Amino acid sequence: MLWVDKYRPKTLDKVTVHDQVAQNLRKLVSEQDCPHLLFYGPSGSGKKTLILALIKQMFGAGAEKVKMENKTWKIDTGTRTLEIELAMLSSAHHVEMNPSDAGFQDRYVVQEVIKEMAKNRPIDAKGKRAFKVLVLNEVDKLSREAQHSLRRTMEKYSASCRLILCCNSSSKVTEAVRSRCLNVRVNAPSEDQIVQVLEIIGKKENLHLPAGFAARIAAQSNRNLRRAILFFETCKVQQYPFASNQVAPPLDWEQYVSEIATDILTEQSPKRLYAVRQKFYELLVNCIPPESILKKLLTELLKKLDADLKHEICHWAAHYALCMQEHKMRLGSKAIFHLEAFVAKFMSIYKEFLVATFG
Amino acid sequence: MAPLVPMSQPWVEKYRPRQVKDVAHQEEVVRVLTNTLQTADLPHMLFYGPPGTGKTTTALAIAYQLYGPELYKSRVLELNASDDRGINVVRTKIKDFAAVAVGTARKAGYPCPPYKMIILDEADSMTEDAQNALRRTMETYSKVTRFFFICNYISRIIEPLASRCAKFRFKPLSEEVMSSRIMHICNEESLNLDAQALSTLSAISQGDLRRAITYLQSAARLFGSSISSSDLISVSGVIPEDVVKSLLAACRSGEFDVANKEVSNIIADGYPVSQLMAQFLDVIVSADDIPDEQKARICKKLGETDKCLVDGADEYLQLLDVASETIRALFDMPQTLVF
Repeated sequence: MLWVDKYRPKTLDKVTVHDQVAQNLRKLVSEQDCPHLLFYGPSGSGKKTLILALIKQMFGAGAEKVKMENKTWKIDTGTRTLEIELAMLSSAHHVEMNPSDAGFQDRYVVQEVIKEMAKNRPIDAKGKRAFKVLVLNEVDKLSREAQHSLRRTMEKYSASCRLILCCNSSSKVTEAVRSRCLNVRVNAPSEDQIVQVLEIIGKKENLHLPAGFAARIAAQSNRNLRRAILFFETCKVQQYPFASNQVAPPLDWEQYVSEIATDILTEQSPKRLYAVRQKFYELLVNCIPPESILKKLLTELLKKLDADLKHEICHWAAHYALCMQEHKMRLGSKAIFHLEAFVAKFMSIYKEFLVATFG
Repeated sequence: MAPLVPMSQPWVEKYRPRQVKDVAHQEEVVRVLTNTLQTADLPHMLFYGPPGTGKTTTALAIAYQLYGPELYKSRVLELNASDDRGINVVRTKIKDFAAVAVGTARKAGYPCPPYKMIILDEADSMTEDAQNALRRTMETYSKVTRFFFICNYISRIIEPLASRCAKFRFKPLSEEVMSSRIMHICNEESLNLDAQALSTLSAISQGDLRRAITYLQSAARLFGSSISSSDLISVSGVIPEDVVKSLLAACRSGEFDVANKEVSNIIADGYPVSQLMAQFLDVIVSADDIPDEQKARICKKLGETDKCLVDGADEYLQLLDVASETIRALFDMPQTLVF
């Protein structure tokens, strides 16, 4: 078992990083009542851990017996019958799913599947809770129509069902949905907190950590706890006992992107642009999300730029990131155009700058 | 919708007014509808206005008062965005329901007018085609059916539909009305709310009564029966003042890297950027030492960014763009580089 899973806090009492949030959630559950919840925060901050612990607190150990199933739903839209396949994790008390997996058909998932589940009351009358819980992941990726469809469902079936929504950025969740939930912000743990967690894990695994080792991993992890723990485990596999100056190897795609950045900075020509395109394709076929590539590329470029240029470049990065989004919604995903457009734009600005400064 | 365990019902549902005359702050609508209740004569209606002002409540209340709970099921068709409302449904389900003649069954104590009601909630999320398909249906069956459209944005309802209805604008609730309603709930639930918390609640919910009640219930769950204004702020997701101030301070420093660091921190702390923009705007507008021209430039950028966020842009990049533009505005740097 990976350490990430092994040391995931199973109950609200054991949550160390977000103890304040956990305490509030415990209060929430101790009453019979529980509102709809919306958890938001960057990835690797512990949203899922909190949700799982909360469900366990609500229903006891029964909620831990989950089974995974791939269910096919037949949905009659009047003119044709759609078949949507969805992966669901369910226990006797809760169902967890990822409605945005259905892509552009997510509206039907919300309208039919979720409504169907929300309508049915749990049979277990003896149970403590008269409702069941639906956990929906990545609600920020849901289309606008799907989010609209959620609105009334949340109100109408509130007697028999509670929704727990989970997303990265709450800006992308419509106001109407947000105002129906208790919003829980889960911030990324600070570096000190990450160091603490790593030390606890180290102690439990009987490892000796050299001074400053945990801090280095924490700094490298970008305040992402999951990544920090994975780095930690990688280091352990790589070499133990730890060397005092050991660092976790950077993720290979990140290294690849920084190579691209160096390429762009050394030469600005159509030929180089063509070479860079090959590298982008290499990244994209390996399923690296284009937004992440663009963001990483920007960070790498920003490190080496003149202050005046930085403003300009970050403006264009934001611009092309948006183009990428719009493109995806309208015509399918061809992110490569926008990545390349950004590089071309950068090259032209940078070249102009070089010519102007050095003649 | 009968609750199984009354306690687990959200207060928004629990305190939803059941009668038209209880609807707060919408005098014109209430006056027209009370009149309707006596004469049982009703035009097609279009309710529009911001969320949480009582549109759905009013429509449901009038339906209940006209027909009573028993006839309600056969006389009222309620469709909202959680139902499929493509052009197909308009052509079949709605048209079928609209076409059926009304029985003469009457229920003592209710006016039971000789027509049915179709409530189309969240009508602005209907497609244009579906709305077009409704036009003739509305007229043909106007003898036996009345339509209620409910929406947030009237501009998304096509003109031919809007012109067939009596339009009512629901205005955001004023502070006094909101306070009295909140106090009523506090009394019922035996909560302690001091004057400061009350005014904070009115301020953060911006005229949206549903939001105010949701915040109140969340706070009551978390912090028990006496609620202070800081409790309310913590459940509402409003960003603490000093976060916004430190972003502005970072921009004032003129150093791109300082601003970049601040932006990364804000994103890592998980604050919603759209909310941050709104509060950043307030800070910018109320800052005395920034000349008007610079303010205008920043505000323009904020506007553009807000649009980008709605279109699904990446939060980090957008916020960084705003910060960099703010720096450039504050130091009068040109919009594009000239070499």
